[in-house]
Amino acid sequence: MHADPAGVLTGSHFLDGDHACCEGCLAAGARFSSGYPITPSTEVVERFASRVPTVGGTFIQMEDELAASITLQGAVWGGAKAFTVTSGPGFSLMMEHIGYAAMTETPCVFVDVQRGGPSTGLPTLPAQADMMQVKWGSHGDYEIIALCPNSPQECFDLTITAFNYSEQYRCPVFVMMDEVVGHMTEKVIIPEADKIEVTPRRYTKLAPDEFLAFEPKQDLVPDMPRVGEGYNVHVTGLTHDERGYPNMTPTIQDRLVRRLQNKILKNIDKITLFEEEATDGAEVVVVSYGITSRVAQRAIEMARDKGIKVGKFRLITAWPFPEKQIAEIAAKTKAIVVPEINLGQMVREVQRAAEGKCVVRSVSHAGGSVHKPEDILNAILEVTR
Amino acid sequence: MSSTLDIINPSNPVEPFLRTDRMPHIWCPGCGIGTSVNCFSRALIDSKVDLKNVSIVSGIGCTGRVAGYMKQDSFHTTHGRAIPFATGLKLANPKLNVVVYSGDGDLFAIGGNHLIHAARRNVDLKVICINNLIYAMTGGQTAPTTPNSVITSTNPYGTYDPSFNLPYLVEAAGAVYVARWTTFHVRQLAKSMQEIFSKKGFCFIEVLSPCPTLYQRRNKMGDGLDTMVYYKEFSKIKNGCPTNELGLGKAGEIIVGKFVDRERNDYRDLMHDKMIESLGDRYVEREACECEI
Repeated sequence: MHADPAGVLTGSHFLDGDHACCEGCLAAGARFSSGYPITPSTEVVERFASRVPTVGGTFIQMEDELAASITLQGAVWGGAKAFTVTSGPGFSLMMEHIGYAAMTETPCVFVDVQRGGPSTGLPTLPAQADMMQVKWGSHGDYEIIALCPNSPQECFDLTITAFNYSEQYRCPVFVMMDEVVGHMTEKVIIPEADKIEVTPRRYTKLAPDEFLAFEPKQDLVPDMPRVGEGYNVHVTGLTHDERGYPNMTPTIQDRLVRRLQNKILKNIDKITLFEEEATDGAEVVVVSYGITSRVAQRAIEMARDKGIKVGKFRLITAWPFPEKQIAEIAAKTKAIVVPEINLGQMVREVQRAAEGKCVVRSVSHAGGSVHKPEDILNAILEVTR
Repeated sequence: MSSTLDIINPSNPVEPFLRTDRMPHIWCPGCGIGTSVNCFSRALIDSKVDLKNVSIVSGIGCTGRVAGYMKQDSFHTTHGRAIPFATGLKLANPKLNVVVYSGDGDLFAIGGNHLIHAARRNVDLKVICINNLIYAMTGGQTAPTTPNSVITSTNPYGTYDPSFNLPYLVEAAGAVYVARWTTFHVRQLAKSMQEIFSKKGFCFIEVLSPCPTLYQRRNKMGDGLDTMVYYKEFSKIKNGCPTNELGLGKAGEIIVGKFVDRERNDYRDLMHDKMIESLGDRYVEREACECEI
């Protein structure tokens, strides 16, 4: 279906990434947000608080991130599309409810505008250091989807994609921004509402007496009931059967947890978004994501000026990790260079997918700024020496 | 014909409110939670509320399991977070009657911050707190409600942490309805539970309930029946009693009754009024934050 025009600010704008993300939420149909302020993410919900009363919806500022991250899930079961926004320290507090959203298959969106850590770290300066936490931060086994915009335009576009994925696969989806993408201002084009595809909630068409709340469809995702319509649904974070009833046996646990994982992994080809350029015949391929991909672009051009054949692969979907694409690259190139604003997180996934078929070189950065293009260039030069 | 059947095969009048396919429940013999559920079911009958629009939200713990046994839309959330979940559910779908049914540890320790803020905002929630004075599901550890000089598994020499007076705290935070009963007071409790279905705003009922397995036994206070006798002999009904007089000891008087019943605009009214004042007809108010428009 198409976007509700009430939430779509069609036109050409000059926006920072945080504000563009907010417009993406509104265009995707989000009409509820529960937030807790934290730099450098707060502008997203500040704009939402200003905009949503004239669109038709609610913003509530909660007492902490624990509350913010579960209030939105109550709103989702109440019928809303909902999201929250945070940064590192707040993201750490939200982990419990990321697990709850995964276990209860609650479609919702979390935006993490990353800053330097650990702990309070660098409140106003960038990092990409939550990339492993977003996948592994809550306890137990589960899969999520994480997208990495590298511009305000993508903050708009990928936020809509995030909502669509969350409704399609009924899982928490993450927009992994960083301080620079969040605060950089660029041109953002917002199309007309009828040019924006939004995925409606998968409400069941079955009557209450025919419906099992957690019985998966063919794509392994169950349809949702409407609360207040007599379905008498039971939702629990406990291991549960197809009725939604607690059933704590190894058999039920195995069936549930594997399904939660497989509903994402078996659809990985539909979920994986990436940008690939000149990897055929490349001596070295730079794999990057988010703001770092834009610095990497400069380094790639500098290396090409020196006559080196450099390919580019940009992760747009970071999770589930596009291991098939990385494996293909590893099989046809001498080296992969992975710059990221952390001490080496996604590079571990690249190494895993490469299976030793090529050299994998991390270009780490502890955070506080973006890389210097020269640092990435030097890594390219070293691995091609 | 149905009346004839009823006579031949009388059923428990609360049965339609329970997920009977989930019985037997996990509660111990002598526990008061089931009694409170019985009262709550009675309140659902007597309040004539549309059952489709009743949602039950629980946290974690023995009382947290109530959501799983009630045959309404029900949500068993995370520890301490029933109230913020319920806040989102209510604000997104205001036609729902949202009941938070949870225990003292869940609502006042790990969830204490959420509770006082929901009361401050006056979110239209009906909060039923089963207070068994202890963490029961995890084996009888000290809770913020455990009275002085009680033996618990984590205070084997007796408690010395001062405990919360729940009605006092909740009134101070802004609740519009505050009552306390014990599981001996089944008629009064059912009536209070019925009353809050016609009350808008943050309503709170404390229900004192025995935990024979982990509280009474460890303190040589007998079984569930002995606690009923204690509730009967030592409870005093004092409606309107100032809530600062409601502290509980290990023994002695238990003041019960309805202490607070006042009017205050609820969260949605406050939001509505401010938006109309600031935005006028630019304010778009929807019945629900539905995602399919």
